[in-house]
Amino acid sequence: MARVVVDVMLKPEILDPQGQAVQRALPRLGFEGISDVRQGKRFELEVDGPVDEAVLARIHDLAESFLANTVIEDFTVKVESEEAVAGAAK
Amino acid sequence: MSRTPLDTVEHATETPDVELPWAELGLKKDEYERVVEILGRRPTGAELAMYSVMWSEHCSYKSSKVHLRQFGEKAPQSDALLVGIGENAGVVDVGQGYAVTFKVESHNHPSYVEPYQGAATGVGGIVRDIIAMGARPVAVVDPLRFGAADHPDTKRVLPGVVAGIGGYGNCLGLPNIGGEVVFDACYQGNPLVNAGAIGVMRHEDIHLAKASGAGNKVILYGARTGGDGIGGASILASETFDDAKPSKRPAVQVGDPFQEKLLIECTLEAFKEKLVVGIQDLGAAGLSCATSELASNGSGGMRVTLDDVPLRDSTLSPEEILMSESQERMCAVVEPGKVDRFLEICDKWDVIATVIGEVTDGDRLEIFWHGGKIVDVDPRTVAHDGPVYERPYARPDWQDALQADDANKLPRPATGQELKDQVLKLVSSPNQASKKWITSQYDHFVQGNTVLAQPEDSGMIRIDEETGLGVAIATDGNGRYAKLDPYAGAQLALSEAYRNVATTGAKPLAVSDCLNFGSPEDPAVMWQFAEAIRGLADACLQLGTPVTGGNVSLYNQTGEAAIHPTPVVAVLGVIDDVARRTPVAFQEEGQLLYLLGDTREEFGGSAWSQVVHDHLGGLPPKVDLERERLLAEILISASRDGMIDSAHDLSDGGLIQAVVEAALLGGKGARLIVPDGLDAFTLLFSESAGRAVVAVPRSEELRFNDMCGARGLPVTRIGVVDGDTVELQGEFELSLEELRRAHEDTVPALFA
Repeated sequence: MARVVVDVMLKPEILDPQGQAVQRALPRLGFEGISDVRQGKRFELEVDGPVDEAVLARIHDLAESFLANTVIEDFTVKVESEEAVAGAAK
Repeated sequence: MSRTPLDTVEHATETPDVELPWAELGLKKDEYERVVEILGRRPTGAELAMYSVMWSEHCSYKSSKVHLRQFGEKAPQSDALLVGIGENAGVVDVGQGYAVTFKVESHNHPSYVEPYQGAATGVGGIVRDIIAMGARPVAVVDPLRFGAADHPDTKRVLPGVVAGIGGYGNCLGLPNIGGEVVFDACYQGNPLVNAGAIGVMRHEDIHLAKASGAGNKVILYGARTGGDGIGGASILASETFDDAKPSKRPAVQVGDPFQEKLLIECTLEAFKEKLVVGIQDLGAAGLSCATSELASNGSGGMRVTLDDVPLRDSTLSPEEILMSESQERMCAVVEPGKVDRFLEICDKWDVIATVIGEVTDGDRLEIFWHGGKIVDVDPRTVAHDGPVYERPYARPDWQDALQADDANKLPRPATGQELKDQVLKLVSSPNQASKKWITSQYDHFVQGNTVLAQPEDSGMIRIDEETGLGVAIATDGNGRYAKLDPYAGAQLALSEAYRNVATTGAKPLAVSDCLNFGSPEDPAVMWQFAEAIRGLADACLQLGTPVTGGNVSLYNQTGEAAIHPTPVVAVLGVIDDVARRTPVAFQEEGQLLYLLGDTREEFGGSAWSQVVHDHLGGLPPKVDLERERLLAEILISASRDGMIDSAHDLSDGGLIQAVVEAALLGGKGARLIVPDGLDAFTLLFSESAGRAVVAVPRSEELRFNDMCGARGLPVTRIGVVDGDTVELQGEFELSLEELRRAHEDTVPALFA
């Protein structure tokens, strides 16, 4: 078992109304000094068996076609557990 | 675009030989040369950015302008028109001191790239046009066209578009009261997402987009400016998809309906306190458009300091700031003494507002960045004196063969059983099936003034609670008819929208249009466009309904294949008392069904020919505008005097489609007979224009017949509202249950 995490964020040039709403609320609640907030989605995928290059490639495809809307969002794929292949991010 | 050293006007003069990326920005060589000629030097990067977006097809109407002039030249005399073409939206007098503004626009290309946000920002854009006229938006409508209903990509595009329209409109608290959903393979790579909005104001509240009075301040308010949609609508919507280069990456904008709601309230409050001299919304071409249009429509020049524009992304270059199409922004011109109050109101609504410049007594638009002057132009050359093309046009050589392929010669049903099968096939086909699954995702009744919404013939909104004064709007367009004959097709679109408004009891007053076509560089497409405009302008003149504004969407084309020419026409009408409206649904058993108008063997472009034979050929139904006018007068009188209890316009699908819809909506069946002189097939499926079916209470039979007789409108009794089946005597009988399943299950089965 291994955990692969896909983080999906709106592309930097895309407006993020949710993030802005959070940011506007911060000073009202007494949290100063935060100049920008962007909100994204995190998917935790529990993978059966070892995570090799082929599995990561498949997860990459899955993220590109299903988890993220690549017209307006970017995503990263990273492996969280230990037995996974090293350095195979994105 | 290099930012070091800053490309100021001075720098541009000193370095005449610097190569600029004019081609990547969508300018043609001769257009670039014209810019150089106008300025007497090479443009700066910022000037180039402005000219390129403002001279794009989308903003400059360079291919369509020569034809669009007809709407002005042939404009009918109308006392109702308060503001005509050229402003953000036209304004119509509807009586009792009220004025109504309405407009339809396209958001086709963005909605294909990113269906949800594309459609959502389409609603946002048209609503800002309405606010910019000084009106409070009261309703939206959405005429939509998609590829084949069973194509996998339609399943991607349609649900996104529908959710986007619903999401944005519902958040704004605006009822969605009308529109259409049409499927045709020709829209596969180019769905048409048109959006219309209606706003209401008092006569004295009309505002115009102009910047007058030296010393007045220019205030940018609303959302911060970000890097989204740079050159999006303008450049993207001005080329076909297949020649997209990396530099023309789809530039999508994300909408924020809550911000838009704040913008509405904030703007209307500023109007109420008479703080605004001129106003413009920021849509396609963003600040480039707003500053150059405000300045060129006013009396003086304008000076803008770009450093003062609130940014979401501090790394934006001045060119990008000028081209950004970030949503939910507006630009107002305010007298210096009223600026503080204006900013206070913005602050109250939590809307960011910044003075970015002022009106000058010169005649130049000057823009500064980091202390350097980066733009120094005559604003008229940017906003109004763009290139004008007399594109070659020619009747395509396939037109004759298409028209010769007569749909009237297609095999017809011979038996009652065949008629019955084809009726079921028709009412369950994606185009004729109930769109409830789609329209139920929109809020129809928010604000509590909606009296009619889909699937009625027109949407109707009450605008005065005391008197019951209301307005109605219908949008129609039939690309199949227009493909067979663009001149007639455009007139039929107008005829149908006009008829739809009258069917509900409202008097048609004015027209807005959204003209969706393929590439203007194709002479065949240009011919379709020219013919459609000529047809529409002629028909508007004859019906006395002026075109108040609208929008042209070209390049709806994938490779060689253009969409059907699709002029979508919106007609706005007024009704003195909405309580007098006529609904579609059958109201009471025993009422008599009358068919108004003449039924001929007209099957070219018909729904029957598409559904049963997958055929498109022949000629569309004959246009008879005088008949449309007479029919409308009868429908309005009958509604006002209580002579009819329900009415439905006859259009695609013919009589049987209309009867099935009225029966299902009312939960009451109908017994039909074939009148003398007609055969069953023609009665059911013909799409002759200028017709409606009405249900008349028996007590009104004589009066109604007398009125039609006296005014010379053919009227034929075709049956009675009765039972729980739709029956054509001697031919077939279909239970309402079976019809309802056929009619209502199709769309959810495809998309739910």
